[in-house]
Amino acid sequence: MTAALDAITVVFVLAGCFFFLAGNVGLLRFPDTLTRLHALTKADNLGLGLVVIGLMPRMDHPLSALKLLLVWALGMLAAATVGQLIARSVLRRGLPIWKGPQ
Amino acid sequence: MSEFLLGAAFFLLITVAGGLVRVVLGPDQADKMMAAQLLSSGGIAILLIVGVGLQLEGAIDVALVVALLAAFAAVAFVKGTSQAGTGDPEAVGVDQLTTLRQDAPQGRPDSP
Amino acid sequence: MTAFPLLDPALCFVILTTAVLAVAIRTVFAAVVSFIVFGLLMAIAWVRLGAVDVALTEAAIGAGLTGVLLLSTVARIAKHRADRGDDVPILEGPEPDPAPTDPLPGLATQSLAIVLSAAVAAALVAAVALLPVPAPGLVAEVGSRLSETGVESPVTAVLLAYRGYDTLLEIVVLLFALLGVWSLTADARWGGQPGLRHLARPDGVMAYLGRLLPPIGLLVGVYLFWIGGYRPGGAFQAGTVLAAVWLLAVMAGLVPIPKVSGIRLRLALVIGPAVFLAIGLAGYPLHGAFLGYPPAIAKVLIILIEAGLTISIATILGLLVAGAPEERPS
Repeated sequence: MTAALDAITVVFVLAGCFFFLAGNVGLLRFPDTLTRLHALTKADNLGLGLVVIGLMPRMDHPLSALKLLLVWALGMLAAATVGQLIARSVLRRGLPIWKGPQ
Repeated sequence: MSEFLLGAAFFLLITVAGGLVRVVLGPDQADKMMAAQLLSSGGIAILLIVGVGLQLEGAIDVALVVALLAAFAAVAFVKGTSQAGTGDPEAVGVDQLTTLRQDAPQGRPDSP
Repeated sequence: MTAFPLLDPALCFVILTTAVLAVAIRTVFAAVVSFIVFGLLMAIAWVRLGAVDVALTEAAIGAGLTGVLLLSTVARIAKHRADRGDDVPILEGPEPDPAPTDPLPGLATQSLAIVLSAAVAAALVAAVALLPVPAPGLVAEVGSRLSETGVESPVTAVLLAYRGYDTLLEIVVLLFALLGVWSLTADARWGGQPGLRHLARPDGVMAYLGRLLPPIGLLVGVYLFWIGGYRPGGAFQAGTVLAAVWLLAVMAGLVPIPKVSGIRLRLALVIGPAVFLAIGLAGYPLHGAFLGYPPAIAKVLIILIEAGLTISIATILGLLVAGAPEERPS
């Protein structure tokens, strides 16, 4: 049983790390602000969610596991809001927008 | 297991620290703000992992506070870009969004 | 305890990088962003060191209030420059370098500054290096007498029982800081609302966040206040979280900041120090000393003080970020 829980932790935390890496590569490599925003706000919250799932079996108390879920929910709420607000500010200020590969 | 978790925290720290390049390069202030956002969500994950790895129950509370306040800096930034400095951060017309869609290259799923 | 050996050096390196960036980077905005990131990484470092109390405060102050304060300051400076007619776009593109105002100090002054800084740094290094092992302290005494205070968290016991004077004076210092900010008000605007009026479309994302997050923040604030009795948490962390979500509702245009002349606002400001002083003075008849708590009711008294402090700290920190009154009282 312990080995199975450990395996869950390893697999999900590693998967979470992968999506954080993907989000960061997107932030560094994508061509304009909006595409970078897209990479950032989606990939890293998926990463955070996978990390949360991976850590949940290690909690002593079910309520602590619920608290982990609350952390994830708040992270998603922040990312969704920030994504909207920053995107609108980019549009309003007329920043250059990528029109696809030349 | 503690070794694995702290190793994962190390990997995440190095990964999100790469975002600091955007703080320097920008080009827009939105890009710099996004780097802070990446470090904030990555920081939440690191706090959770380190907390479990070191068996510090309180670390989850720290992560909870960071997650609760994760949107604050970006909200203040977007407010600051409005004309009055405190105005509506969403004062962009639907027409601007429509124009954007029409400009999109053919073949993109959301193009008309 | 085994630990992954690379985590600590990496944490030190990234923290130092953000600290150098915050000082050395050329635009104000990037420096502010670096500083926000620095605060977040410090919270991680405090957790790594096992100081969860400090980490909570750093997270709430660094990730929440300081970021909002500094970013709105950057926006105000940009707007001020634009109003004055400087050819500076509001938050668009790279900021120009600020014009040099003073000539650089002479070589002698610079050398003296370098020598003095090096001396201070060397003295600090020597002081840390010469510390005996284990470091001197009252940890054992605090631990052995913790039960007399009625609380189980050693940090709360030190802050409110053993070092009650310090904490009382700290909250008074916060109050004075707010008076300092308020004293910058123009005479005609005294009594009005602090800060500028905030607008947001009522059906927008901003207003949605402003409605959704404050109730959760209220819950988290009360939770932090309550666990302060037996785990890391307490009045300061709770007050900071409450101040932050209050400001979010303000920024979403949902609630106005009350006028500085309002009686309820004034009461909220002083209730913490007032309760603290009253219980401290009651210590004379009850236990023979200022801030002496009778052991039987020590926990109740400490919770009363913490509750008052939470309200006052939340109000003071929120108003410190909001700034001096800028709307004329109607």
